[in-house]
Amino acid sequence: MRKFFLIAVPYAWLLALFLIPFFIVLKISLSDVALARPPYVPQFSWDDGIMAFLRDLDFENFVFLTEDSLYWKAYLSSVSIAGLSTILTLTIGYPLAYGMARAPEEWRATLMMLIILPFWTSFLIRVYAWMGILSQEGLLNQFLMWTGLISEPLMILNTPTAVYIGIVYTYLPFMVLPIYSALDRMDGSLIEAAEDLGCSRLSAFWLVTVPLSRNGIIAGCFLVFIPALGEFVIPSLLGGSGTLMIGKVLWEEFFSNRDWPVASAVAVILLLILVIPIVLFQRNQQDAEEAAK
Amino acid sequence: MNSTVFAPWEDPEKKPLIRFQNVTKKFGTFTAIDNLSLDIYEREFFALLGPSGCGKTTMMRMLAGFETPTSGRIELAGKNIIPVPPNKRATNMMFQSYALFPHLTVWDNIAFGLRREGMEKDKMNARVEEMLRLTRLERFAKRKPHQISGGQRQRVALARSLAKAPTLLLLDEPLGALDAKLRQDTQFELMDIQEKTGTTFVIVTHDQEEAMTVASRIAVMDEGQLIQVATPDRIYETPVSVYVADFIGDVNIIEGKTTLIEDGQYQIDWAEGQMPLHAASSQPFDKGQTCFVAIRPEKVAISAEKPQAADNIVQGKVLDIAYLGNLSTYHVELADGTIIKSQTANTRRIARRSFTWGDTVWLSWTATAGVMLAR
Repeated sequence: MRKFFLIAVPYAWLLALFLIPFFIVLKISLSDVALARPPYVPQFSWDDGIMAFLRDLDFENFVFLTEDSLYWKAYLSSVSIAGLSTILTLTIGYPLAYGMARAPEEWRATLMMLIILPFWTSFLIRVYAWMGILSQEGLLNQFLMWTGLISEPLMILNTPTAVYIGIVYTYLPFMVLPIYSALDRMDGSLIEAAEDLGCSRLSAFWLVTVPLSRNGIIAGCFLVFIPALGEFVIPSLLGGSGTLMIGKVLWEEFFSNRDWPVASAVAVILLLILVIPIVLFQRNQQDAEEAAK
Repeated sequence: MNSTVFAPWEDPEKKPLIRFQNVTKKFGTFTAIDNLSLDIYEREFFALLGPSGCGKTTMMRMLAGFETPTSGRIELAGKNIIPVPPNKRATNMMFQSYALFPHLTVWDNIAFGLRREGMEKDKMNARVEEMLRLTRLERFAKRKPHQISGGQRQRVALARSLAKAPTLLLLDEPLGALDAKLRQDTQFELMDIQEKTGTTFVIVTHDQEEAMTVASRIAVMDEGQLIQVATPDRIYETPVSVYVADFIGDVNIIEGKTTLIEDGQYQIDWAEGQMPLHAASSQPFDKGQTCFVAIRPEKVAISAEKPQAADNIVQGKVLDIAYLGNLSTYHVELADGTIIKSQTANTRRIARRSFTWGDTVWLSWTATAGVMLAR
């Protein structure tokens, strides 16, 4: 009985907060748009029953997504922005995590605190702060002009560069923490053993440190890639009109066009795209747990 | 067996393989190794023995190249090795934690060093197979370190460190993680492998029994200094100080004042109301000098009746008996409260023992049984 409750709680959670909303969205995505409130004609109603639902079933909203190039371009561009951001975050996050793991014991708690500290402030406020830094009259341009490196202010805000900066900044802790935890667990004598057996510092790093932090790297990459793919706030506030990301398209479809069925179809496809990395992530976590035993 | 005893340290012509010359190592203000000089010869199984923090591990890490001495010189086969980084040294180390690479199989762990050398594939395969045979690990070649037992892991670590055929093999508490029975078996295995490969072994240990079993010579260390460097039997029979005598095995230490009787024979007054003891020493002692007599418990005889003739006889009461199966150690309290341990083999069944707790017994030993120590 106790076992049943233990399992039931996470499943109830999943049902209430994921499956039910998902089926509502799926239902809307199969409906037709209408000038009404809510702005769609339900495809499924309890009165007509399941047979009527199946008879009138069509996927016109999904077909529409393939007809207008905006959508697949937005998906593609999201994947590439999220992918590149993940690589950038890894490039910055790995040395950070490595430095933390090699820092003297008494410093580590403080360093960890510094990584987590930004979460204490609202995410939106931090993104607005970046607008202040990156804009034409912003702190960064003022500083660069003051040093004489540039004579004209750089256009950073409202470009993809600003989106990359925003994503890397926001998701850096998600990259650093799993890598740090993998490196922290590593026995320091392994590196000495590698050197003793003929490795240089660098080859010991590639042959021992990197493979042993592999699970941390994979976990960190998924933790950045998955939310970055559907990111909406950062591209819409920092990216301007030039940046095409599916989160933004979804928002515009929903609020500006008030086309709930198409917006829902976009969301369903986005979820399907995300299922692949999420499954891979889960498998990696399981492998890591088994290896730790 | 060879007719000549293996003792290169007694041959002044012989060049040592390793030479520490006035080596000092400081960590901040703490002196880990204090102006120490030591020679280790080829094919030796040399043990660095001491309590934790005595500097033995630092010595080994300096040989491996993980620590650089603050001053002094370390030679390996006549060459100064201090500027040589660990990956360029002809030494290999077996780590206390074994430090096996968890992401590699047993086979790949052993091949790791050979791959770095860029050894040909066929030669490398042959070498790894040879190491697997030597350590009886053939069946486990494809397993990962977490899929084998502690004893097997220990053998993988040994095979890996031997694979490159180092001039010098360093073993850092190699048997510390094994249980007592397995440790004993492995000690003999280690000696076997050392003999077969002819490699010079330097072992760091805090376990005196282990050092006694495996080593050709032992260096007893304390606070960064060598207290005594000698063969196991010399260390046991003729320790140079109370520290060594006490660290190696069980011992009775009796403090007293010396008086010379005739050459080499001394009388020692040690407690009021007790007969003076008699002891022999080749070292000269002044009249009235404080001296410590160290007597091993197994050299003290215990009997219910007063023995007829012995150089030293004392009477006491049995306070405690430690029964070890084959041996028993009796703790005997003398009239003045001194406790002397006596160890005898249990040649008769325990029920037929002629004395037990609280009984009055006689302890006796010869003048040459003990060692007179000045400090």
